[in-house]
Amino acid sequence: MESTVITYLIVFTTFAVYVGIAIWARAGSTSEYYVANKGIHPVANGMATAADWMSAASFISMAGLIAFMGYDASAYLMGWTGGFVLLALLLAPYLRKFGKFTVPEFIGDRFYSKTARVIAVIALLVASLTYVIGQMKGVGVAFSRFLETPYWLGLLIGMAIVFFYAVIGGMKGITYTQIAQYVVMIFAYTVPAIFISLQLTGHPLPQLGIGGALTEEAGAGSGQYLLQKLDQILVDIGFSEYTQLDGNRLNMALLTLTLMIGTAGLPHVIVRFFTVPKVRDARMSAGWALVFIGILYTTAPAVGAMSFFNLINTVQPSEEVGSPEANIQYENRPQWFKNWEETGLLAFDDKNGDGRIQYYNDDNKAFAEMAREDYGWQGNELDVDRDIMVMANPEIAKLPAWVIALVVAGSLAAALSTAAGLLMAIASAVSHDLIKGIINPKIGEKGELRAARTAMACAVLVAGYLGLNPPGFAAQVVALAFGLAASSLFPVLMLGIFSTRMNKEGAIAGMLAGLIFTLIYIFTYKGWFFVPGTNMLPDEPAYWLFGIGPQSIGAVGALVNVVTATIVVRLTPAPPASIQQIVQDIRVPKGAGGASGH
Amino acid sequence: MADDNKREDDAAQAYWQANVRLLITLLVAWFAVSFGLGIILAPWLNLIQLGGVPLGFWFAQQGSIYGFIAIIFIYVVRMNALDRRFGVYED
Repeated sequence: MESTVITYLIVFTTFAVYVGIAIWARAGSTSEYYVANKGIHPVANGMATAADWMSAASFISMAGLIAFMGYDASAYLMGWTGGFVLLALLLAPYLRKFGKFTVPEFIGDRFYSKTARVIAVIALLVASLTYVIGQMKGVGVAFSRFLETPYWLGLLIGMAIVFFYAVIGGMKGITYTQIAQYVVMIFAYTVPAIFISLQLTGHPLPQLGIGGALTEEAGAGSGQYLLQKLDQILVDIGFSEYTQLDGNRLNMALLTLTLMIGTAGLPHVIVRFFTVPKVRDARMSAGWALVFIGILYTTAPAVGAMSFFNLINTVQPSEEVGSPEANIQYENRPQWFKNWEETGLLAFDDKNGDGRIQYYNDDNKAFAEMAREDYGWQGNELDVDRDIMVMANPEIAKLPAWVIALVVAGSLAAALSTAAGLLMAIASAVSHDLIKGIINPKIGEKGELRAARTAMACAVLVAGYLGLNPPGFAAQVVALAFGLAASSLFPVLMLGIFSTRMNKEGAIAGMLAGLIFTLIYIFTYKGWFFVPGTNMLPDEPAYWLFGIGPQSIGAVGALVNVVTATIVVRLTPAPPASIQQIVQDIRVPKGAGGASGH
Repeated sequence: MADDNKREDDAAQAYWQANVRLLITLLVAWFAVSFGLGIILAPWLNLIQLGGVPLGFWFAQQGSIYGFIAIIFIYVVRMNALDRRFGVYED
């Protein structure tokens, strides 16, 4: 009970800070509201970008993903960081020079076409809305699990906080709260990681600990390297080696590429680079963003490997796999095990009735057969939700209650900061691109600011509603968000900068071709519009075209987009001279100046 | 006057070409540290151990990220130098 009080205290202190920042950073003009008046220092913007980018999934789920997938999960690590190289080199400086407020606005102006702008708005809305559902769920779950509040109440509190600083402060308020949220988040992630690394390998830096040898305290296998030991244990219980590829190498490479291009094409990340004063700040800022992201992303593999080692070592403390005494007796299970059983995220089912916990890979037919005959195992008895690898980490390592409280505050910070960034992208697409850009271009500064705030308020409500009633397909759609950004937005932005000859026909044809190709491929395996049972082929590697999974198809969609655009552009007239002049102009940094949204 | 414009165009052209050359070099490096060393060559690099980590695995989960950070900062420094050389640096 005492630990709940500490958690409340820490969570509400951080919330008070976010609200305080919001009141201090009110936005008075559309430029302040959309792009924080282009006055954010590049290092500060880098930090805000890092918080914006790292979502509840990065914070809570990624280490668990790495733990259970091993080397194959590297696609996520490289994909979600390598995209920043593309962003820094190919998009950010040029889009900053262009000097407008939103991504669809660039597409509409560069391709002198309202149609192109509307397609971009649609791609943005679908990608951002699906993404925001996950953040809202993350907030509700964190509250209900640790603060013993009902899910809906937790979600409501989270919504109220975001509502407050996003509606009042716009991009300015969001930026400064994101900086505070980054600090909370990174502290919460690294502190338990450092303790665990010290316990298992004696290295204070998890980045070194992952390559370290196990200490005496680590129990079984001391003196051996952590990863070596992990490889060996996993093979002993029927899995493939932790450090080696399990799936298909082409699919892994394409998934990495899709996540990279998708990252670079996600509008809520791109607009963060519109908030710095100069073109060279946009470049610098991308570097800092990756430094701040890298701190968490290079820690995650250590957290994954170490928490997985701890988990297996708890269940199966002995080296002699298969001997009855090797596995822990259920009644001797540690306290953290009992705590997580209560949440249902950790479940034990004594299939062979020996009162001991056997965890192994019963999908491996040959191994399962052997285990049945030689060991008397009747199937895997432990069901582990991947998400608990980060959440249970501090308890497994017997860290004090305030560290657990910190992890809760950190996961809330991760979810809220990303939600705010996404909501900002959604609201400005509606108020700036649809209302100001297409429906009512005569709207004045004050009117647009009011429209922007209303759009933001509506976006928060819609996101909250979707968080309360998540559509069944919510988990599936993450693949869609990256696929869409990769196959529609990124190629068109890049072509708009690097090809003076690219015209509106090419851009529109390219976006549509990339989008439709990617959608059809995803729907073939996931069901049309994600309606269960309408998939035309089973979503299994044996049925994937060339072994390419639906998650990895965005990179191919991007290629389809570029090829289509290149062919169409040869058959249609060149863009007007004024547009070609714009392209020449954005290629040169000098004269970026202040914000202009008109 | 026409000559001045032409000279300016030529300078802009040269600046852009230098920029694209730098981009290509850095994108090759970007591909090499991730797809090259972390994925394609990983089975061979894994025969080498870096401390207790197989090298291919290390590139996939650690080295590529350090490489990405280095690439962006090299880009920043080289572009700033290029901007100054061609007189397009922002004051």
